[in-house]
Amino acid sequence: MSVEARERRQPWILLSPALTAIGLLLFVPLFFIVVYSFWLRTATGADQVGFYLDNWNEALTDPFYRDILFSTLRIAAITTVACAVLGYPAAYFIARSRGNKALLLLLLMLPFWISYIIRTMSWINILGVSGAVNWVLLNLGITAEPIQMLYNEPTVILGLVHFLLPFMVLNVYVALEGVDVSLEDAACSLGSTRWQAFREVTLPLSLPGLAAGGLLCFVLSAGTYITPLVLGGPTDAMYANLVFEAIITQLNWPLGSALSLMLLGVLGALVLVYNHYLGMGQLMKGLG
Amino acid sequence: MDNTTRYERMRERYLNGDLDRRKFLGLIGAAGLAYGVHTPFARQALAATEQVRFDGWGGVVSEAFRKYAFDPYTEKTGIKVVDGTFGGGDEYLSRVKASQEGEYNIAHLSGVFDYARYANLGLNSTLNEANIPNLKYVIPKLTDVFRSVTDGTLSCVPYDYGTTGIAYNRKYISDEEAKEKGAKLLIDAAYKGKIGGWSDWRTRVWYASLQTDQDPNDATDMDAVWEAVRTNRDLLLKYWQSGAELMSLLAEEEIYVTEGWSGRIYALQEQGKDIGYIDPPNGFGWQECLFVIKGSPMEACEELLNFMLAPETSIAVAEGQNYPPALDPTKVNLGDKIPTLPAFDPTGKLDGLTFANPGYWNSHEQAWSKTFGRIQKGY
Repeated sequence: MSVEARERRQPWILLSPALTAIGLLLFVPLFFIVVYSFWLRTATGADQVGFYLDNWNEALTDPFYRDILFSTLRIAAITTVACAVLGYPAAYFIARSRGNKALLLLLLMLPFWISYIIRTMSWINILGVSGAVNWVLLNLGITAEPIQMLYNEPTVILGLVHFLLPFMVLNVYVALEGVDVSLEDAACSLGSTRWQAFREVTLPLSLPGLAAGGLLCFVLSAGTYITPLVLGGPTDAMYANLVFEAIITQLNWPLGSALSLMLLGVLGALVLVYNHYLGMGQLMKGLG
Repeated sequence: MDNTTRYERMRERYLNGDLDRRKFLGLIGAAGLAYGVHTPFARQALAATEQVRFDGWGGVVSEAFRKYAFDPYTEKTGIKVVDGTFGGGDEYLSRVKASQEGEYNIAHLSGVFDYARYANLGLNSTLNEANIPNLKYVIPKLTDVFRSVTDGTLSCVPYDYGTTGIAYNRKYISDEEAKEKGAKLLIDAAYKGKIGGWSDWRTRVWYASLQTDQDPNDATDMDAVWEAVRTNRDLLLKYWQSGAELMSLLAEEEIYVTEGWSGRIYALQEQGKDIGYIDPPNGFGWQECLFVIKGSPMEACEELLNFMLAPETSIAVAEGQNYPPALDPTKVNLGDKIPTLPAFDPTGKLDGLTFANPGYWNSHEQAWSKTFGRIQKGY
């Protein structure tokens, strides 16, 4: 075997364990889900094997699913914007701080050590009728009665922002770390103010990080079901709740499969658009 | 009949003078010989089964099972009991459906409705009742309803029963008001934003039937039922998902009224919370069972069920979870606490409870669970 042929083969040999794992753990289950989506659920709950388009027809044409999908995308978009607005200054502060970056990054990672469900439920103790905020308001005499703050769309968004903010901060931080600080100084020496230097130089250069963080936040929030279950009111369900309900409550795996593939398709299309304009490289940097 | 009972009966006859000493000792010797000959083979027969998996609701119930049933069972048979938990019946059924046959063995299931669902999916087994002598202590009405689903055979043993009634905070709602309004308390606009509801379509349809003055096991005007479900939804603060969430919402005064599980509400009352509980006329009665899933090692499971049905185990579990055991109070002394539990029936006939008719509910499951799913989300 020639040296060139060996060199060509080497990356594939090194990649083979990862490719095998991805194949077995991602593509094979995905294939099963695709197959399932064409089956039918019978009245007894058993699956009827065959090739039926009923689930797809229902998932694509029923306005119920469409409306909840749009509502989910809207909540995901609001969450992403909130994460960007809150996350960018934090990332900027960490990137420009001197000496204590490691500590700040450690603090940023700390929430990941606690279960996502516990973190979500912690808001009940903060915003509940007997929670910390109401306790303070009542004891300061600001309100006479506890304020009902939980179980609505804003608390769902709050829970999502709490969960996703570190993803945004990390991505923006990585992008800002790659921006040469002397570029801002050069802009200032040429007459721009600090704000102008940030707006014209730093912000545009950090946009790929912001976009990568935005993509992650959007995709993760659009696929969540725990947060609306714990912090949402009666009508605050998101699309993943429909998948959960179809599969777990109604035992309708075929319809649940079609619905989950729909969501995968929408989010996949978004990733493709991102990749087309910005490339996946920045996302990898942020995740790294 | 197990050996202990056999021995106790014989001893009783001896003490009563019905057996002379020589005959008594002779029978004991014969029994000992039979046991000595039989045991090595029985152990060998069971040795093929190394473990039995049991899945239940966790918490104090699991602890009671472990102490009174699983450990003594393992000591006697050498078979290990792997103790798993689940959050809800629907979730567990999905897990079983996705599993290999024999992976899951015994489950603490809710209601005849679930029993019928497992049977419809072909997941039921057939118990050899001769291997479960403690079954004789169980209230006959509870086993009869399971037999009617599986052509006279049993795939489970009944274990406990309870109700889903109306729980209310006495600080805001008096006992008189609760009694007067009954199920309609859950659609009382005066408590908008302070009402809770279980996100279970059966319970919603049951209570909507009561709110529209219909028979919960035979509602004829479903439009009215769905309208009542919508009315309830619009007044709700939240659909709760679990018993823990129900207790938290009531205890923290996030809600003043909800339907609730009798045992959970009793637990709140035990904690000193001033929560009232009523079962309105035709309130939702249900029973739980220990279900053996198809493909399980039957003899090992039957013996474990017998351990679990032993009065000392059943009573300990019942006191832990605050639901009356399925044991017939006319046959077994249930102690001091159980007669104080909500839904307890001292006659053992359970005539005061209305159970879900599995045929009626199963025939509508697919359509109604879907419709409720939509209404729940604002449609």
